[in-house]
Amino acid sequence: MARKDGLRLRAVVFWLAVWQLGAMALAAAYPHGELLLASPLASFRRLAALAVTAAFWNAVGWSACRILGGFLLSCLAAAGLAALAARYPLAEELLAPPVAAVKATPVASFIILALVWLDGGCLPVFIAFLMVFPTVYLNLLEGIRQTDGKLLEMARVFRVPLVRRLRGIYLPQVLPYFRSAASLGLGLCWKAGIAAEVIGLPRGSMGERLYTAKIYFQTADLFAWTAAIVAVSILFERLFLKLADAIAGKAAV
Amino acid sequence: MEIRVQNLCKSYSGVPVLRDVTFTAGDGVTCVMAPSGGGKTTLLRILLGLEAADSGTVSGLENCRWAAVFQEDRLLEQLDAAGNLRFILGRDYDSVQAAAMLAELGLGDVNGKPVRAFSGGMRRRLALARALLARSDALALDEPFAGLDGETRQRAWNCILHRRGRRPVLLVTHDEADAAGLGAQIVRLV
Repeated sequence: MARKDGLRLRAVVFWLAVWQLGAMALAAAYPHGELLLASPLASFRRLAALAVTAAFWNAVGWSACRILGGFLLSCLAAAGLAALAARYPLAEELLAPPVAAVKATPVASFIILALVWLDGGCLPVFIAFLMVFPTVYLNLLEGIRQTDGKLLEMARVFRVPLVRRLRGIYLPQVLPYFRSAASLGLGLCWKAGIAAEVIGLPRGSMGERLYTAKIYFQTADLFAWTAAIVAVSILFERLFLKLADAIAGKAAV
Repeated sequence: MEIRVQNLCKSYSGVPVLRDVTFTAGDGVTCVMAPSGGGKTTLLRILLGLEAADSGTVSGLENCRWAAVFQEDRLLEQLDAAGNLRFILGRDYDSVQAAAMLAELGLGDVNGKPVRAFSGGMRRRLALARALLARSDALALDEPFAGLDGETRQRAWNCILHRRGRRPVLLVTHDEADAAGLGAQIVRLV
């Protein structure tokens, strides 16, 4: 494991070096080469400078609240509708076309369409909701379907109440499906949510900062904000999965 | 309590499994015997309300609350013995009573170990403990001694006799020794 980690670290260092050399070559070849490709060092310095400002953390907070809000709403809706669809085939049939449509439609189409209906502030919530929903819904539906019918029969004979059945039978069964869907969904919702912010430009968001950096050719800022988005996305994914595991561990006992 | 089964018939895809089954099970232990595929489990499933008979009647089970040992153990693999008992008993779970029952069945030292690490015989005994501890009016035991050796089988007999109280027991088994050990009335399905 440690050997694999070491190898991975060396691969990262290699690509950072390639990036640094590429940026230096461009800077040497063109008078404003750093506008085309900021070096990793310049990007890191810019990120460090941004990270000590209140505006940076406000933007992180603004985007995180909306994107994660959309994610959580989507998980709740997906859980409720997956339970309904597992129970009633008609509900599943009814939900199948919109789920398939959301899965197949490019996110940019939804963003542009949603801009007609919603203001910029609500846009990332809606887009994050929409992007996460099919993954979580379909995974949960599959998880519920895979629940052991014999255990449910046993619980029925012993007249085990619904809450205990949910904790003892459904939750351990569905949780691995939810975990993988949530992991995928969190990555998706950050990508789609930031794309929505870049198009909708809600004031104070990370997407707006990214866009501003682009139009003013602040390439180092562009890389710095991108790195911040990736870091925040990974951090929230890990935190959420840890929280989900802790809740499941407590609930199942 | 008396369970009366009259002219019960059941078939699957036109193949008859139960043909005109008639018997009365009283307060004691009633042992249902039949060759493999003879409909014993189907009979229990009908009595438990998990399947409907094609024809015939069952009476004496109005509002009856069953506890059962199923053909498979049907335990929650991720939980330990106490967790499995708590799942069924809820607020009725009494750790002292549960520990005594587990000890009686030779499972005194298994707490904390998840069921997935249990042997087949241990699982069977836990499934039996669960049925005996559950609040119920009647017990349906489908091959509860499968995989148990002579000594643990005898322990299980004693435990059933000692813990069933006044509850009627419907026992499905292949082994006449089980019926004799429990002093059971025998019903043969043909």
